[in-house]
Amino acid sequence: MKKPNDVILHSVTKAAVVIILTFSIDLFFAGHHDPGGGFIGGLGFASALTLLLLAFDIEWVRENIPIDFKVVTASGVLIAVLTGLGSVVFDAPFLSQTFDYFNLPIFGKTELATAVIFDFGVALAVIGTAVTIILSIAEDR
Amino acid sequence: MNNVVLLPIIIPLLTGMIMIIFRKNIRFQRAFSIFAILATGAVSVFLMAQIRAKGIQTLQLGGWQAPFGISMVADMFSALLLLTTSVVSFCCLLFAFRSIGKEREASYFYPMVLFLITGVNGSFLTGDLFNLYVCFEVMLISSYVLITLGGTKKQLRESIKYVLTNIVSSFLFLVAIAYLYAMTGTLNLAHLSVRIAEAGQDGLMTTVAILFLIVFSMKAALFLFFWLPGSYSAPPTAIAALFAGLLTKVGIYALFRMFTLVFYHEPQITHLIIGVLGALTMLLGAIGAIAYWDIKKILTYNVMVGVGFIMAGLASFTPVAMTGSIYYLIHDMIIKALIFLIGGTMIHLTGTSKLKEISGLIGTHPYLGWLFFIAALSLSGIPPLSGFLGKVYITQGTFETGYYWLGAIGLITSLMVLFSIMKIFMNGFWGETYLSEEMEKGTTKGLMFPIGLLTVATIVLGVGAEGIIEYVNLATESLMNPKLYIEAVFRGNVTP
Repeated sequence: MKKPNDVILHSVTKAAVVIILTFSIDLFFAGHHDPGGGFIGGLGFASALTLLLLAFDIEWVRENIPIDFKVVTASGVLIAVLTGLGSVVFDAPFLSQTFDYFNLPIFGKTELATAVIFDFGVALAVIGTAVTIILSIAEDR
Repeated sequence: MNNVVLLPIIIPLLTGMIMIIFRKNIRFQRAFSIFAILATGAVSVFLMAQIRAKGIQTLQLGGWQAPFGISMVADMFSALLLLTTSVVSFCCLLFAFRSIGKEREASYFYPMVLFLITGVNGSFLTGDLFNLYVCFEVMLISSYVLITLGGTKKQLRESIKYVLTNIVSSFLFLVAIAYLYAMTGTLNLAHLSVRIAEAGQDGLMTTVAILFLIVFSMKAALFLFFWLPGSYSAPPTAIAALFAGLLTKVGIYALFRMFTLVFYHEPQITHLIIGVLGALTMLLGAIGAIAYWDIKKILTYNVMVGVGFIMAGLASFTPVAMTGSIYYLIHDMIIKALIFLIGGTMIHLTGTSKLKEISGLIGTHPYLGWLFFIAALSLSGIPPLSGFLGKVYITQGTFETGYYWLGAIGLITSLMVLFSIMKIFMNGFWGETYLSEEMEKGTTKGLMFPIGLLTVATIVLGVGAEGIIEYVNLATESLMNPKLYIEAVFRGNVTP
């Protein structure tokens, strides 16, 4: 197959990926009180990776992001379930959550919640699953 | 609140996920999967003790009260099935160690088995209709992977049918859930039971009940069994045995739960239909089992006969029949896995599943032959083995309700089952020994232990019925009194 010379796509992708990644991280943290959260944040993250896959080829992405995304999925689910199990240690029902306010050096008064860790697990699971699906379809020639 | 209720779901899920991370290390995966199953079994024994002492155990996830949150409920019926699931999957895993092959092991075989068990256990424990759907899907998706794993031509052909039928029935399941939610405004099983008891089960509700009956019949192979013979004979023995022992039984569990807890007001319609379907399943299954001369086909048709017979107990809907059904369900899970393992071993040894090409295996494999003989007697319900008590109780129950035809069909098909299974014994094990040990395609090394273990289980279940019947009676009590279940879920809170 002739290698197409798509300079514009490459340049736009490089800029757009940064924006998409920032936005999906913002979506992830917004999810605690506003629309957003681990699922949609993870999907945004996966869409950035998909854009990279489309603009460059799979080998290039593999070399630069050398992660097995199935492992990402598994660790995501592990983090989510273990966060749920954490409440069992405190003799609360599975999946109970708690939060408190802390004074952190830069952020000032910040709300820290256990639900965010759970959400992080969800995000990882979504990223892993989405990218695994796309990669396995892409490889299937 | 009792967090132990959740452990049978969490343990296989967590171990499966950890195994995905350590994909390359097969020895670790083997040891870890056995550990997970043993831990799940131990937890279910612990749960049984708790339920016996303190009644039905519940857990409201995240502390959100029913019916707003997600409820997990473990009554004795669930706990007994959990324990049986652990026993069956333990033996199938041991069998798989020696027979499944390196390639499948490296392609996530063990994690998938554990996810399958996660789904099965989840279906047994959930107290919420939508979560029942989710757990069904977890179980089905793992089974899709397991049935195609290896990718032989036959597997792929059968898996297309299997996946399609299951997708259609899952779709109908969702539609039925939507109808029920539109009519009652809740999906919590206990809450549904309360609401339907208050409003009465009118014609429309009964129609929805029949839609659920169709859905679960498809999963349980009750009359809608067209997908079963093909898809259960395609995968390797260990997987087929796991499917035969567990998958259809989850559908049966769902039927029992729905038609004792939620739709129990019109037994003359719904339960009669279940009875008719059960009778047809028994007859067609038994005819199939007699007609075929292929070991795998005979065994899969026997799975259907078992399903029909268990449903005869639900159709009668008396305490005696329920006791029989629960007892027979436990027996059936063990015995179906057992005969699938033995049948698979015979095919493994001879390299063919055609009964006419096999002869005289007992000359070279006496233990296998006699274990099969015990299994055959147990399957057809000869005392003192485990099939007997269930058959007696179910038959007694059908006669009490006046469904003489149902009981009679049950007994006649038992004879047909005995004939079909003895056909395997007489043709496969008796006669002249063609194959010397050197000519065999495989060995029984390491395969005999799981088979022996399951045989011991069926003998213990039969001879030790006295000790088990107390637990079975507790299970019957919770099935026949929906009030117990409802009170356990709401714990004295106001039901909105």
